[in-house]
Amino acid sequence: MVEFRIDRHSGVATYVQIVQQTKQALRLGLLQPGDRLPTAREVVEATAINPNTVLKAYRELEREGLVEARRGLGTFVRRSLGAAPADSPLRAELEEWAAKAVDAGLDRDDVAALFTAVLDKHFQGEGS
Amino acid sequence: MSDTALEATGLGKRFGRRGGWALRDAAFRLPAGRVCALVGPNGAGKSTLLALAAGLLPPTEGRLTVLGGTPAGARARVGFVAQDKPLYPQLTVAETLRMGADLNPERWDAATAEQVVAGGDLDPRSRIRSLSGGQRTRVALALALGKRPELLLLDEPMADLDPLARHELMGTLMAEAAQYGTTIVMSSHVVAELEDSCDHLLLAGSGRIRLAGEIDDLLAAHLRVSGAAESTDLSAHTVVESRVTGRQLTALIRPAGPLPGDLRTSVPSLEELVLAHLRNPGAPALSAAPAVTQGSAA
Repeated sequence: MVEFRIDRHSGVATYVQIVQQTKQALRLGLLQPGDRLPTAREVVEATAINPNTVLKAYRELEREGLVEARRGLGTFVRRSLGAAPADSPLRAELEEWAAKAVDAGLDRDDVAALFTAVLDKHFQGEGS
Repeated sequence: MSDTALEATGLGKRFGRRGGWALRDAAFRLPAGRVCALVGPNGAGKSTLLALAAGLLPPTEGRLTVLGGTPAGARARVGFVAQDKPLYPQLTVAETLRMGADLNPERWDAATAEQVVAGGDLDPRSRIRSLSGGQRTRVALALALGKRPELLLLDEPMADLDPLARHELMGTLMAEAAQYGTTIVMSSHVVAELEDSCDHLLLAGSGRIRLAGEIDDLLAAHLRVSGAAESTDLSAHTVVESRVTGRQLTALIRPAGPLPGDLRTSVPSLEELVLAHLRNPGAPALSAAPAVTQGSAA
């Protein structure tokens, strides 16, 4: 089960934050096919946001084919996103690489710039 | 069940024959199931409107329907928490809740009422008169929620509460709305406090309803624009507010057609929208609610 964190001052619409955090959880494997998303009631009780905002986010996720609403049961994950769950070997390699970057004296911005440059080279034409 | 929680036409209230109008020419429609922010400065008519909706005051002119009927007829299905949180000071917390159960025999939801009280670490045996303002608010909200109303009217509900209790109780209200489709109207003069929780807005100013509608629709109907003061002509549009600083003009407008190409535009925030209307009482009112009363919204 995921827990949504709403940042009021991020400038990102609240429903978009829910969509993004759900996708992030799908990418990291924290949410997997068959898992139930929290109900609108559970989300708004914890975050005090408007229930329609949650429903709007879930409709958006449904439209993208990531989740499905089952009447009276809740909203369930249909498929996963990406191929990089939290425990994949690729992640371990990236961890190793990041540790090397730290050892080499790179700071966070250096690493981010390097990583973005490589991403741009290998994923030309795909939106970020 | 009516699909309209509140509908006002030409609604006005004057206190005393010679008194000023606390509210005048109010016309709006609030669909059922919305969480509505009733916003405006002190003396704008917010409390008067809520008391009219609760059936505690008769209108001087015009009409107000509540859940499809008269305010008095709807009272059993309406929960109202007035600004001063009226409770019986000599009763204990537990006795107050028992009173709620006795007064609402068909609908009382003891679990919800007790949960709201329990969140505040309140001793059920303490007398209401010994409670702090925030604790009394909690008991008053417990009483109103325990009634399981279809329409919940809250006058400045969060004013006495600390930030933690505010967040918790707002969460409880939202959960109620999510589960039962309860329509909630809550007043405040702080817009930011309600922005995330509400999807509908009623803006009151000087006894008039200045803006009414879905917040998304109201925001979409306005634009913040800026451009060169000399060459910018906005006369084709409704200008809510405009200001010239040096050579630059900035304005909040309701566009009525295409804009000159050399303007920079952005969507206003809810707070900007509200403040611009309050600073400019002459700006025309806008009711963005769909005019249709019947039929369901998809």
